[in-house]
Amino acid sequence: MFLKDYISDIFNAVKSLLTGMRRTGYYFTHHKEIITQQYPDTKQILPERFRGEVIMLHDENNEHACTGCTACELACPNATIKIVTKFDVSPEGKKKKALDTFVYHLELCTMCNLCIVACPTDAIKMAQTFEHSVFDRSLLTKKLNKPGSKIRDGVE
Amino acid sequence: MFSLEGVTNFIHTWLNNTFNPTLALLFEFVIVGLSVITLFAVLGLVLVLMERKVSAYMQIRLGPNRVGYKGSLQTVADTLKLAMKEGLTPDGADKFLFNLAPFVVMIVAMLIMAPIPFAKGFQMWDLNIGVLYVSAVSSVSVIGILMAGWASNNKYSLLGAMRSGAQIVSYELSAGLSIISIVVLTGSLQISDIIASQQNGWWIFKGHIPALISFVIFIIAVTAETNRAPFDLAEAESELTAGFHTEYSGMKFALFFLAEYVNIFIVCSIGAILFLGGWMPLHIGHWQGFNHVMDYVPSSIWFMGKVFFLIFVIMWFRWTFPRLRIDQLLNLEWKYLLPISMFNLLLMTLVAIMGWHF
Repeated sequence: MFLKDYISDIFNAVKSLLTGMRRTGYYFTHHKEIITQQYPDTKQILPERFRGEVIMLHDENNEHACTGCTACELACPNATIKIVTKFDVSPEGKKKKALDTFVYHLELCTMCNLCIVACPTDAIKMAQTFEHSVFDRSLLTKKLNKPGSKIRDGVE
Repeated sequence: MFSLEGVTNFIHTWLNNTFNPTLALLFEFVIVGLSVITLFAVLGLVLVLMERKVSAYMQIRLGPNRVGYKGSLQTVADTLKLAMKEGLTPDGADKFLFNLAPFVVMIVAMLIMAPIPFAKGFQMWDLNIGVLYVSAVSSVSVIGILMAGWASNNKYSLLGAMRSGAQIVSYELSAGLSIISIVVLTGSLQISDIIASQQNGWWIFKGHIPALISFVIFIIAVTAETNRAPFDLAEAESELTAGFHTEYSGMKFALFFLAEYVNIFIVCSIGAILFLGGWMPLHIGHWQGFNHVMDYVPSSIWFMGKVFFLIFVIMWFRWTFPRLRIDQLLNLEWKYLLPISMFNLLLMTLVAIMGWHF
């Protein structure tokens, strides 16, 4: 009985090792499987949900969907986002809270995606960019809403 | 037809005609020494590049591809970098032993080169106990490793060196037994005799299953003896940073690195000599035409082809198998390889006595 176990041990070990060698041998002979992307030379293919940085979506009329509700600012775990609000005065004379500046500190951001999840109007999203290095740290503090942009009509 | 034997004979006669015999012998020593050093440098460059390329393709990567054509000069650049680096000696180290160790490892690798026939009649020293000499000298390299580990005054180095010692001493046994099983068939320890006995077929084909088993055991044992994955406990990057050569830098590190690859070349050429017929071309039975075509390939090409095939197999092991734990490593040797190779030796003796081999 002992001898039978011993021999079956050896047999199974050899079999599993050969299975592994078949796999690596397959990769060695099939170069089309190579997943390396030669980054500066070729255009890199990023996954759809790659989280590069937070951007605000603007349409062709330079309008965004941010209501200035500060849900993202509250959701952010390390104070990356700072919302500055202002009061718009409508033609009827009614005051309405609106976004003035969306300050985004890229140097603090951990790309956790919580702000995107928290946003009730889908005004912000994660971009696919990743080449963030700059020579001056202050360049990492960004204003996400474009100058002169305003909230899209109908977004509450 | 080109043959290295002709070149050596020409140099020998020319030197003997030009100088007196003593001086000619001295010149021959110098030439042989220089060729061995050149071979080492070339082997280091080629094998490291080969390893990096093989590992890359096996891991679905590209490997070095920037320096030279498709990265072919990468190892030259690496060597230049190493040559320019400072060779630090740690403060608490045993200075003499620390600086001696890489040379011990290197000299051992050089000594084993002596009985290896690189082509027909192209051999430095055809001594009558060639195989015994190789297995005896190769075990001296463990002293170099232990020396390096002890002299570094570093826990990791010492651990790596002790592991390496346990490993090499254990695996020497099964490597020796599988060598003996071929010696049983040939009845001679002389390497030229062993090769000559494979004139009509290599031992791996002629010796039936026992030869195949001892070939597999030999490959496993020499992988362990050269401290390569899956038996690279002595270096074990993830556990011991770099094992016995943690504290080495610059050219002293390069010597260890080079010795590792030269050792792979040496054990693979021993494997090729014993099991795959050394420089003997592939002959199949009575196919006269096929055999004649095979004879036209120079013997040096046959030898190098076989050696590089074995090196590729060992690299294939390295990039496929996970590293063994120290107790698993010793279990494998003492509970599996050693009993199997002893039983295999008995079987081989029976085959040799009954004349069952071809």
